[in-house]
Amino acid sequence: MKADLRVALVGNPNTGKSTLFNVLTGLNQKIGNFPGVTVDKKTGACQLPDGRTAEIIDLPGTYSLYPKSKDESIVFSVLADKHADTTPDLVVVILDATNLKRNLLLYTQVADLKIPVIVALNMIDLAGKSGIIINTETFSQKLGVPVVSISARKAKGIDELKQAIAYANKVPLQLDSIDVESIAPALIADISAEVKTDNPYFALQLAHQHEHLKSLTTEQSDRIEALEQKHSFHSQKAQATETIARYNFINELLADTVTQPENAREESMSNKIDHMLTHKVFGFVIFIGILLFMFQSIFAWSAYPMDLISSGFVLLQDWLHKALPAGPLTSLLVDGIVAGLSGVLVFIPQIAILFAFISILEDTGYMARVTFMMDKIMRKVGLNGKSVVPLIGGFACAVPSIMSTRTIENWKDRIITIMVTPLVTCSARLPVYTLLIALVVPNKTVWWIFNMQGLALTAMYILSLVSAVVVALVFKFIIKGREKGYFIMELPVYRMPRWNNVALSMYDRSKAFVFEAGKVIIAVSVVLWVLASYGPGKRFEQIESKYSQPQYTKTVKPDDLQRIVASEKLENSYAGVLGHVIEPVIRPLGFDWKIGIALITSFAAREVFVGTMATIYSVNGDADNLQSVQDKMASAKNPDTGQPVFTLAVAFSLMMFYAFAMQCASTMGVVYRETKNWRWPLAQFTYMTVLAYVVSLITYQLLK
Amino acid sequence: MKLSQLEVGMRGVVKEFTDLEMSVKLMEMGCLPGEEVVVERIAPLGDPIAINVSGYQLSLRKLEASTIILQ
Repeated sequence: MKADLRVALVGNPNTGKSTLFNVLTGLNQKIGNFPGVTVDKKTGACQLPDGRTAEIIDLPGTYSLYPKSKDESIVFSVLADKHADTTPDLVVVILDATNLKRNLLLYTQVADLKIPVIVALNMIDLAGKSGIIINTETFSQKLGVPVVSISARKAKGIDELKQAIAYANKVPLQLDSIDVESIAPALIADISAEVKTDNPYFALQLAHQHEHLKSLTTEQSDRIEALEQKHSFHSQKAQATETIARYNFINELLADTVTQPENAREESMSNKIDHMLTHKVFGFVIFIGILLFMFQSIFAWSAYPMDLISSGFVLLQDWLHKALPAGPLTSLLVDGIVAGLSGVLVFIPQIAILFAFISILEDTGYMARVTFMMDKIMRKVGLNGKSVVPLIGGFACAVPSIMSTRTIENWKDRIITIMVTPLVTCSARLPVYTLLIALVVPNKTVWWIFNMQGLALTAMYILSLVSAVVVALVFKFIIKGREKGYFIMELPVYRMPRWNNVALSMYDRSKAFVFEAGKVIIAVSVVLWVLASYGPGKRFEQIESKYSQPQYTKTVKPDDLQRIVASEKLENSYAGVLGHVIEPVIRPLGFDWKIGIALITSFAAREVFVGTMATIYSVNGDADNLQSVQDKMASAKNPDTGQPVFTLAVAFSLMMFYAFAMQCASTMGVVYRETKNWRWPLAQFTYMTVLAYVVSLITYQLLK
Repeated sequence: MKLSQLEVGMRGVVKEFTDLEMSVKLMEMGCLPGEEVVVERIAPLGDPIAINVSGYQLSLRKLEASTIILQ
């Protein structure tokens, strides 16, 4: 994208920064990475009133330029690096008008870096409602920069903000807030000379943050370190002095420009809601109720669209088989790619609903309350209140959840959270469970309202949470801690969810799922089709010639003969050989070689299971009689005994294996990226696979 | 008196901190000397607590609250 102007959005968390970003850029946005780090970089294009285009960069929300987490450290890195393709020409600082004091701290820090700044006073309508009167004119004069009142949620004041961006000065106009040099005069002078800057605050920030700045060379960083030693600089003391000075400035500024309502102590709506939602008893009842409702809805609401998708695919496969000439290419397309694809697309309704719930819970501020309620229990098992968010997010997908553990400042808490998050039932396990439960659990209503299949599924979810807690407790004693944990966190005011944000998140996540997981699944399906359709040596020809002997063609009906040939071919294909090789190992778990093939392919990603089953049974079955995967599996018989393959014991043993095994290449990748050490993903893979084998073994032997 | 000793509904004014590292984090969040704090609620299991400071709600553990000395 070629932009005329680059604008960075900076602000505290919960100030409506993302909403403003969405309003400014519309659907014109893309998500990338900041160079060298795995922090999401959201950029978008915004058309300015003078015809130019601005590139808007949404920086992570932070309370201060001093980072507490990896995400937050991006903000200063981007603002400090003058020669990168992310260097902003202008910074828009978003302030929550209902909470100006704390919000202004970040503004004064950014302003002191002397990059051109505009202030967007967000939620001005809410401030007015609660009786806060802001004299924006004086406010703007005292800061020296343009101040625009907006309401990002109601899209008010956006045109004025775009005007202000278009006509912003190219030189910084902001007035000084504090006397930065007085904090460490000699050190600031030395660093300024070292890096050739005339900005004392930039020099001071380098003293604090030089260790993790990629824009500095190692030699520069070492020299700054040496200067710190020389002047015996104490980072935390200097930060404390600076923060107090900034708040003195802010208090004076607010005294001159803002009138607070007389009796602000009146109980707010948010407070009343909190009374209920964090109540000793109701708080937990409501939390469990919400989780139950969530899982029941995922099942109930997705049933119809899922049926539609899978029957649509059966029709498509049927039509393709008739329309295309028979041969290996048609077979690859229909039984390999299309069968695999249907296995992916059918999850979309469930994933979209799950992400809708999670985004609503976060957006309303309820997730922060869950964190608040659960901190004490979580700490007992070696986790942290903030681990609740990744664990609940783990119901959707472990990959973004593991990335969200960055908000946990404590290293040990974070590692344990990362280690146990993949145990939580993610959406990729959902179709495996759905399929297996539908096979062996009757679809009946018990205790008036509960569906037996729904209950079985809920049990799998509860089991995953319990196992995560138990494993966390074990790790608490194995992993040695380094620093103490913190739990200093804002509890944001309750708000109505922003429905277009919810819709956007449903769309984004489903799209990411289809494209990311879809690639793997289609690749695996094609490989699998090849492995299942060809065999080593001349085995296939031998089978063909064996069954073309008159003793078979004369006595066996052609349909039956075709089925016998197909099944013998599958058994002698590469996939069949591979399945037979591992069969002795998985036999005690109740699995045959066909399930073995599915287990092997599932180590790329769990959701491949359904696609694999679809491919294996399509290759095996006859093409004129297409059924859904479930029907094929239900009618699958053990050729030796004639009994159904998927008995209660086999299905549950298989579910346990999927519940505990680490079958997700993406998760292993993200664990490595987040921990920067292969030890953690390998330890995770090993403990989970061992656990999966043992639990499956016990399950099968007990239920058999 | 420490902040951790206040009960729900009680208020106090921050005087000083006993832990430098914690004080830096708290001050950035607007909880600094001279600021009035009100204990708004205690989590169902007794910890952490939620206080009102600088016009918004902040949650912190009792251990962290015990580093805040009130006037």
